[in-house]
Amino acid sequence: MSAGAEERGSDVLDLQDRARFEQLVLPHLDAAFNLARWLLRGRTDAEDVAQEAMLRAFRFFRGFHGGDARAWLLQIVRNTCYTWLEKNRPLELTTEFDEELYPQPSVTPESLAIAGDNRERLTRALEDLPPHFREVLVLRELEGCSYKEIAAVTSMPIGTVMSALARARQRLLRRLTQPDSAKSQEAKR
Amino acid sequence: MSCELTQSVLHGYVDGELDAARAADFERHLVSCAECVAALEAQEALRSSLQRAGLYERAPLTLRKKVRADLGSPAADQIPITAVSRRPSWAWLAIAATFVLAALIGWRLVEMRGARESAYASAIVDAHLRSLQPGHLEDVVSTDQHTVKPWFDGKLDFAPPVRDFAGDGFPLQGGRLDAVGGRTVAVLVYARRKHIVNVFVWPSSGGDAAPRSGSHLGYQWLDWRKDGMEMCAVSDVAAADLDTLQQLFIN
Repeated sequence: MSAGAEERGSDVLDLQDRARFEQLVLPHLDAAFNLARWLLRGRTDAEDVAQEAMLRAFRFFRGFHGGDARAWLLQIVRNTCYTWLEKNRPLELTTEFDEELYPQPSVTPESLAIAGDNRERLTRALEDLPPHFREVLVLRELEGCSYKEIAAVTSMPIGTVMSALARARQRLLRRLTQPDSAKSQEAKR
Repeated sequence: MSCELTQSVLHGYVDGELDAARAADFERHLVSCAECVAALEAQEALRSSLQRAGLYERAPLTLRKKVRADLGSPAADQIPITAVSRRPSWAWLAIAATFVLAALIGWRLVEMRGARESAYASAIVDAHLRSLQPGHLEDVVSTDQHTVKPWFDGKLDFAPPVRDFAGDGFPLQGGRLDAVGGRTVAVLVYARRKHIVNVFVWPSSGGDAAPRSGSHLGYQWLDWRKDGMEMCAVSDVAAADLDTLQQLFIN
């Protein structure tokens, strides 16, 4: 049996496949858009790229043999986002995946509560992180993915997910608790 | 002085990704490590800030439509382009108004769906909270699925799938009957470390459906449909734990 036998048929999925796609993959459109929005830092680009990713997912759907449909889709979304970034904003990808361990920032939950209650500030802090940090945080904290799912989406070994999250959170905390110079001066008055 | 666990294991603990033995080890470590205790508090505050901020951004209606159109589904044909071309220009205003109206209706539908989902979440979480009151958790207390399963017989018009997952870290604690949204449901009670997980079960009319999840008042819920049953797990454990439990149920 040749492996290409299936693909030689029509490019168009038959009705049964389409129904299965609508049932398994389409419900994760929010997840797809959310990941694209945070990776690309904008809704307009995210809409285009998520649309393209859904189309790719639809075309590759025959290659999906059950399992976690959300992780499968998010992997395609992520790849589509990185391809788009490489083409349109290559500079954003040059930030190295920083291995340095920073000291634990001294943060009290109270000070964080004040900084973190500002949605705009949280958004900015998250968007300032390099994409590889941002994506693990978005997958974990917004999408609620398990380490196993994050590993599947990012093609990262599962053992690396925990340390990647640790570094990402450390950076985010530091970013959030850095005194905002203008504001803190005003507060002193 | 820097504890290396704050950079690693602590995060596995926060995320509920450590196995029971490693979690217990870390809890023992917390007793003597002020640094980890402070870091844990900071991480928990960070998490609740992230959750409260509502950073999740749902797909806009326009994207939904575009994707549907790409898939060639009937919804794609609903935009009346041919009717538009020969109208006098004043008619554009009416057409524009129609579109605005359609957009408003669409928006209301999305809002209504959101409201329905949050009503569902609050009903389920209320039932979960009620069960945590003394004496409300279980009607039948047993870690043996062969005791719990027959207990439901004759009390319900369906047979909930009662299974013990002690070997996978979710030992069965018992079961009870409950009422959610005006219907009688079966509840399976599981332990996860020191936390309680309630799994609500009732018959569903639709086919299998992929999990939906969310959080309400700090409790996580995860809902799925399989083999004619709708199931919803609720707990204060990490969302990932509920995913694990769901996987155990569907496999």
